[in-house]
Amino acid sequence: MPLTGPAPKADCGYETAERMSKFTLQVNGRSHEVDVAPETPLLWVLRDNLDLVGTKFGCGIGQCAACTVHLDGTPARACLTPVSAVASARVTTIEGLSADGQHPLQKAWCELDVAQCGYCQAGQLMAAAALLARNPTPSDGDIDDAMSGNLCRCATYFRIRAGIHRAAALIAEPGEVRP
Amino acid sequence: MNPPLETPIDRRSFLKLATMAGGGLVLGYYIRPSGRAELATGDIEKVDSIFIPNAFIRIAPDGSVTVFSARPEVGQGIKTSLPMVVAEELGADWKNVTVVSAPLDAAFGPQFAGGSVSTPTSYTAMRKVGAAARTMLIEAAAQEWGVPAGECVAEGGVVRHPASGKSIKFGDLVARASALPVPAEASVVLKDPKDFKLLGTRVGGVDNARVVTGQPLFGIDQKRPGMVYAVYQKSPVWGASPKGANLEHIKGLPGVRDAFIIDRTVPAGQLTGLVPGVAIAADSTWAAFSARRELEVAWDEGRMPDSSWDDFARQAGQLASAPGAQGVTEARRDGDIDKAFAGAASVVEASYSYPFISHTNLEPQNCLVDVQGQKAEVWAPTQNPDGARKLAAQVLGIPPENVQVNITRIGGGFGRRLDSDPVAEAAAISQRLGVPVKLTWDRTDDLQHDHYRPGGFHFLKGAVDAKGALSAWRSHHVSFGSNLGADDYPARFVPNYLLLNSKLENNVPQGPWRAPGSCTYAWMTCCFLDELAHAANRDPVEFNLALLGDKDVVPGSGPKSRPYNAARMRHVLRQVAEKSGWGKQMPRGRGMGIGYYFSHQGYIAEVAEVTVKPSGDLKVDRVVAVVDVGSQIVNLSGAENQVQGSITDGLNAAWRQELDIRKGRVVQSNFNEYPMLRIPDAPRAIEIHFVKTDFPPTGLGEPALPPLAPAVCNAIFAATGKRVRQLPISRTDLSWS
Repeated sequence: MPLTGPAPKADCGYETAERMSKFTLQVNGRSHEVDVAPETPLLWVLRDNLDLVGTKFGCGIGQCAACTVHLDGTPARACLTPVSAVASARVTTIEGLSADGQHPLQKAWCELDVAQCGYCQAGQLMAAAALLARNPTPSDGDIDDAMSGNLCRCATYFRIRAGIHRAAALIAEPGEVRP
Repeated sequence: MNPPLETPIDRRSFLKLATMAGGGLVLGYYIRPSGRAELATGDIEKVDSIFIPNAFIRIAPDGSVTVFSARPEVGQGIKTSLPMVVAEELGADWKNVTVVSAPLDAAFGPQFAGGSVSTPTSYTAMRKVGAAARTMLIEAAAQEWGVPAGECVAEGGVVRHPASGKSIKFGDLVARASALPVPAEASVVLKDPKDFKLLGTRVGGVDNARVVTGQPLFGIDQKRPGMVYAVYQKSPVWGASPKGANLEHIKGLPGVRDAFIIDRTVPAGQLTGLVPGVAIAADSTWAAFSARRELEVAWDEGRMPDSSWDDFARQAGQLASAPGAQGVTEARRDGDIDKAFAGAASVVEASYSYPFISHTNLEPQNCLVDVQGQKAEVWAPTQNPDGARKLAAQVLGIPPENVQVNITRIGGGFGRRLDSDPVAEAAAISQRLGVPVKLTWDRTDDLQHDHYRPGGFHFLKGAVDAKGALSAWRSHHVSFGSNLGADDYPARFVPNYLLLNSKLENNVPQGPWRAPGSCTYAWMTCCFLDELAHAANRDPVEFNLALLGDKDVVPGSGPKSRPYNAARMRHVLRQVAEKSGWGKQMPRGRGMGIGYYFSHQGYIAEVAEVTVKPSGDLKVDRVVAVVDVGSQIVNLSGAENQVQGSITDGLNAAWRQELDIRKGRVVQSNFNEYPMLRIPDAPRAIEIHFVKTDFPPTGLGEPALPPLAPAVCNAIFAATGKRVRQLPISRTDLSWS
């Protein structure tokens, strides 16, 4: 089989410096400056540049939602979001979902022992947090609609559903801070 | 009684003591405390004042207990459950127990996670580990008080002497206990299980708080100073090697450190270790991924460039129609099969087939390796750390003992991570570059270079006699790797039985996939039994109970074969019928089906309740499982989670998963082409009943999966009258009118 496509460029074609750009990101309430190629997905900036590895790589094409983060409170697939498109949006990752790991969903997840391998759970929690923020008493149908983008390979869906209902109940309790 | 220790021991004598302690304790392989495990706790300076009765346990003067988890955590919950066993026997307060993952070290005995073997092989050993330490703590307290040790008890992190009302915390016994000899294994007395406080309760995973806050637990999360990020392009056609690539262009791309061809296969001739490919190393994952998009490689053709599923199916059909042909072996023959068919009241013939599927671990394969000269350190999400060490050593040409393996949490195993190919690749790249290398596969690598669950074809013919009993069973199994075994169910239960096996020549990399063998054998066996029950006009549960006969234990046919405990299986079958409301009238479009299978030492029966709309839309409404894994559930929450997950994963695999093999490769490249089960399709109601029987506890990572697919397919038949004889289920038109 012959080589296909364009011939290798003798001059390499690129200068690294030309392709890198500086971006200031607002992540979990802190400002970070990074120097990366503009098309770099937010996922890899978070993981490689900012050491925030809670946001997970699963497919790279927005099909598994393990990389779900919030941009100004709206769930987004970090693997499909170029860093250049983030601009001044507030980025929230699993590390910033709560200050102390005590978001009602985090509490519910621990209480009901939802995770198995745990790899997808950051994305599940971020998707569920966005759901509860706009609908604190979701029905099973609401959960299906909001969570069907998130794959769980261990198939912990039974407990994910229970965990969201449990978090909704926690939110309804007096004294609980609504997310 | 041993003389009390009068003077504090120095670190050297303490370690000597600990070494002796390990040597005398419990099982031959717990020979010493692990030096590296010590470092893992980060307080080697304090080791003088810590009680280390064996490799697994440390108790500090403040009473905190550290228990090492030797087995890789893939989501099966072993990092919680086995330390619970230690803590139970120790009498520790679980709230004061910290669980730490052990690195690979002979001091910890077997460190393998697969085959649902961790519980059956480690349960008693971990009890003894805890009990030996408890014995020493009690002895220390008894000496302190001058009372017989037999009058003292340990629980909640305290030793008490009920007669005098005295009590002392574990932490205050550390110095004294450290001086005591470790009791001989035979003298260690285990608790009576009726006194268990922790085992059998629901305990949350020890890493839950870290999981829900996104801490760096997984292999893919690991970093080292000076690390580079690598990708490794292999031929989509299995077994092909690169003849050339545009390496100079790649090396000039932004952030790329190096690009080179690796033209080795280790072990030679195998597809599941290091295979040839092109490595790209870069400053970031994205730089490596981006450069790869411009990579152009000329590959040779590989060994079987034309293999395809359609061709495999055609070959299987030819073998089935010519049973005397070459390539057909007789694996078992009982009775007179021809005579039984001739005298049958009813004969049923059917062909079943199932596809290759992928493990699709959500954490793509990855590994971090730092090779420095003749030594290497590995951070790997591996189910098989010893295999990883050996393969890395072989690739690097260094002794296995020069390879240190750190076991990370694993984002899904399912058998895939028993093979260490990503470790081999990262090791080869790090050796070449002389810096730490993190290799990350993308989803396409993962789908196209999996070691797949093999597909197969099963040609079945069965007969029922005038009394409605199963009188003859003839099967011809055509597969790609291993075939049905001579004792696989329903062998041993049918008087006239013939098993023929064939293996198709192929070049598809294969490996164990959750409940290997059983995950497909249960489906075709229980579905065909359901067909025969209907041919006999008998209720399927009653038909299957009759098949299981009246003997309690049916011995294996050969020295390696397991006995089949028919009494345990009959019990779970009867129970699942009762708990599920089996036999209730349901309208057309709704139905119940049964599946049951013995695998991984567990006896499990499941009933699925489904709705099939006239359009053919399927919904699994409810699954009831009755599970017999012996005398003791270790962690009730973890056990239920495994059964819930196995049931849902069983549906996931059976419903839509299918790899298309064409021209020597897998066609699919990502989840958009390989549909996985999502939350709306997951069963809403899953009811689990554990039955306790007088057998040693066994594992739950796998055995609850096999019965699900036949339960669902038999329920589909009950609902629609349509048989599903081909997986995935989505291949069968379920519409009805």
